[in-house]
Amino acid sequence: MLTLHTIALDGLGGDSLLSWILQIVFLGIFVVFMFYGQRIQMYIMIREVEGSLFKLKMMREEGRKMAIAAINEIGKPQVDPTAQVDRFLEYFAITPVDLDPAGIIWRLEHLLDVADKRFKDDVRLMAPQANETQIYNLEMTLGAASVLNVIYKIIRHFYLLGKKTLSLYIIMQVQMVLPLIMKEAEAHASGLKAFQLGQPIGDGAGAMVAAKLMHNYEKTKVEKDIVVAKVPIEGRTAYVLKAEGPGANVGKPGEAIKQIIEQNEGKISLAILIDAAGKLEGEKIGEVAEGVGVVIGGPEVDKYKVEETALKYKVPVNAIAIKEDVGDAISPMRKEIFDALDGVIERIKRVIRERTKEGDFVIIAGIGNSIGIGQ
Amino acid sequence: METTVPVARRVSPFLLAIIMITLVLSLVSIYQGIDAYTQDKPENGSLFLTMGVTTLAISTYLLFQTKKRVLKLGMEMPPLTTTLECQKCGFKNVRDFQRGDYIFKQLEEQCPKCNEKAMSIGSIFREIKEKEKTKEPRYS
Repeated sequence: MLTLHTIALDGLGGDSLLSWILQIVFLGIFVVFMFYGQRIQMYIMIREVEGSLFKLKMMREEGRKMAIAAINEIGKPQVDPTAQVDRFLEYFAITPVDLDPAGIIWRLEHLLDVADKRFKDDVRLMAPQANETQIYNLEMTLGAASVLNVIYKIIRHFYLLGKKTLSLYIIMQVQMVLPLIMKEAEAHASGLKAFQLGQPIGDGAGAMVAAKLMHNYEKTKVEKDIVVAKVPIEGRTAYVLKAEGPGANVGKPGEAIKQIIEQNEGKISLAILIDAAGKLEGEKIGEVAEGVGVVIGGPEVDKYKVEETALKYKVPVNAIAIKEDVGDAISPMRKEIFDALDGVIERIKRVIRERTKEGDFVIIAGIGNSIGIGQ
Repeated sequence: METTVPVARRVSPFLLAIIMITLVLSLVSIYQGIDAYTQDKPENGSLFLTMGVTTLAISTYLLFQTKKRVLKLGMEMPPLTTTLECQKCGFKNVRDFQRGDYIFKQLEEQCPKCNEKAMSIGSIFREIKEKEKTKEPRYS
């Protein structure tokens, strides 16, 4: 019988038994990798996707549980809201036809209005005891849980499809973008608790700047959930606007800016928009940058309205961006972002001094979610 | 709020037995290698030592992989700081975030310094401690 000891004694000469075994093993490995290399690589990728999918599943479950717990705690419903929550998580909205793009913005706006009303009505039914601020916060919580649900389902789709077809390319495309998707999912997961408790989030940086400027001045409510205050700044009159807080709300800043410009018959010397913007890797959180153009994210309906009106009345539009990570945008506001806000106000004042004359009218719009931010 | 999930891995006893056998064989191989060196057969000793150390590394790695792990979901509740400010005298006080807090909320409580009912919330933020912060990128 062949033992390690006899092999050791026989040596490793060219004709020894061990030498033959090793050559056959190496040849076998070479043949296996030649024919099954891609499949082995695919199984490794499938395993990697499987691990992330498990994490996504846990996040989705936790998100759903958190949303149900929040509704029960705040809304005090008579019946168990689980079925309604599950229905909410599966909601979808179909984007308008873009084959004929004329008028698509108005169709998209109508669709978003219908979706917004439907969601809020459903939350009111789920949580009858909740006040308006809590309704907005619960809608946001359910929205984040819904995003986690959608991400999980899409990744699961590609994972199962890849396993079923044994196609390296199907699995590969998921595996390649997985780190970015996981980052997005983790951001939404960390934001869930913030939305539930009504804590200010990083996306509210622009709204926070406007809140600081308009605090202690008389406010009026204009177009859908937007508040405006007339504030004297550097000898000019500024229309400062933001989404009404402290509920989770972005409002319709585009429509509000359009209305203000039209009410003033276009006599607006400058519009400054402030918003949180995604930072590139290597940039610091809370870094501030200036530019021109309409700095409004989302479905671009508001951006379109501002661009149209600014063009019609030749109003120069300036932008100030506060840099932050995607994770910081939907999780509680970081100190670095909060500390950057006074610097942003100084920049606004400088831009106004440089680009307008005393007695002029300007618009300062703080864009972003007003959750946890009053005015 | 801690949100961690233990990842329960079902480890087959068969796989565990194979790992244990491989572990024992790797130790025997290392012994043979050392033995071959002492018997003035360094070429055999190198082979056994290489085989033994490689197998030991693989089997130890597999053994650690079978351990139950804890999965962090990233839903942990970060501590939030609320700053209270007196509108009259500018006195500032800091406390943990409480449900219902929002920036510019007027509070019922009196200012401990001037005894006026002019306290409001000035800021709410989370602070990441230095050691939690990720290493600054070299090209920043």
